[in-house]
Amino acid sequence: MALRGNLRDFTITQLLNLINLAQKTGTLIVEGPNETAQVAFREGKLSYARIGHEENGLASVLHRANKLSATQYRALQGRAGKMTDKELGLLLINAGYITQDDILMNLQLYFTDIIRRLFTWVEGFFRFENEMLPPDDRINIRLDLENLIIEGSRQLREWERLQDEIPSLDMALKFTDRPGANIRNVNLSVEEWRVVSFINPKNSIHQIASATKLNDLDIRRIVYGLLQAGLVEIIRPEGGSSALPTRMFPVEDREEQKSLVNRLIGRIRSL
Amino acid sequence: MQTVKMVVTGPFSAGKTQFIQSVSEIEVVATEKPISSTAERSVKEATTVAMDFGRITVDDDLVLYLFGTPGQKRFDFMWEILSEGMLGFIVMVDSTRPETFREARSILETFRAYAPTPYVVAANKQDMKYAWEMEDMRHALRLDSKVKLLPCVATDRKTVKTVLLELLYSILDEMESGG
Repeated sequence: MALRGNLRDFTITQLLNLINLAQKTGTLIVEGPNETAQVAFREGKLSYARIGHEENGLASVLHRANKLSATQYRALQGRAGKMTDKELGLLLINAGYITQDDILMNLQLYFTDIIRRLFTWVEGFFRFENEMLPPDDRINIRLDLENLIIEGSRQLREWERLQDEIPSLDMALKFTDRPGANIRNVNLSVEEWRVVSFINPKNSIHQIASATKLNDLDIRRIVYGLLQAGLVEIIRPEGGSSALPTRMFPVEDREEQKSLVNRLIGRIRSL
Repeated sequence: MQTVKMVVTGPFSAGKTQFIQSVSEIEVVATEKPISSTAERSVKEATTVAMDFGRITVDDDLVLYLFGTPGQKRFDFMWEILSEGMLGFIVMVDSTRPETFREARSILETFRAYAPTPYVVAANKQDMKYAWEMEDMRHALRLDSKVKLLPCVATDRKTVKTVLLELLYSILDEMESGG
């Protein structure tokens, strides 16, 4: 029976656990709401990962990790465009730019970061392709899954808690009117300041997340911190449908609606 | 015949069914099942799985329906269906069970996201010895000072009436302020 299903029923952490226990070889394909991820395994160990159309060649991974400068990266892109990652790795090691350990460690960090991003996906479909092996031209790693599984379980609990606290990202935020609450006196991280700069009753939390390029988990973490500190409160976004929905009343005329509510008040009083 | 509806929501065992029973003119149509989880069974024997349904006839032409939502999270797919077209909603919170406050807050936020309808929060079991103080509950539930947090005893019709009336006053206020 093919390993396929819905993330609502089977979480990424559970899938990793299964792959680990069954020592599976193949590729896990996860189709999320916005992009698709491919994670390859050999005998139950993580060997390669890619997400969406994100550039994941060795040069870009090393550039993102500040192991290659922008100039070096551009030069490599131009000159080594047709080289495989394995060939490029050898070239960089031989030229003394980087060690083999550095290459493997940075790839490991990049692939595990993709898995961490997958932990935040709660919607989507997955399938495991036994026949699909990691691409030959890419450098593979061999990483035990146990630590990732433990981290995933921890994150899942945090995710559930944050979802309870902030169930909808369609709501907006506003600064509290509470006297004494002054955001200037609070030590915030760069990411928190970026979120704070977008707080406005017109912006939904979703929109703030898009503007600050934060995933659902990270935006919830930051909003939760701001809520706990009493600096912001959740409100319905301004400019949306703030008026009472008309279908809540069986009549459309505003005066008739008021009369209906007054009749209800009279009846409840008389109970 | 015109009908309007209000929704009574809140965590498991907050007193929603009892609240509706206190004012409904019909025997509440309760869809209760015995509880399977041991932890939850220690709190009560049966729980609402689909909805509770009560009725108050206003006059020949108007009926108010009260819908109670299932409190257990695994039935939350019912919430959005029940909230469709509601006049307003009441969030019941058991004042003696602070372990449910976080869930109550979550339910409140979920319903607020469904529709911009007025709501009140009813602090149930305020007659019990270990009931939390209203002001402490306001902080724990992170309620703005403008949100009505009302003391309630779901078995006492008088306090139930007050909660319903306060919700109706909020609806009127909202309409008068141009909502």
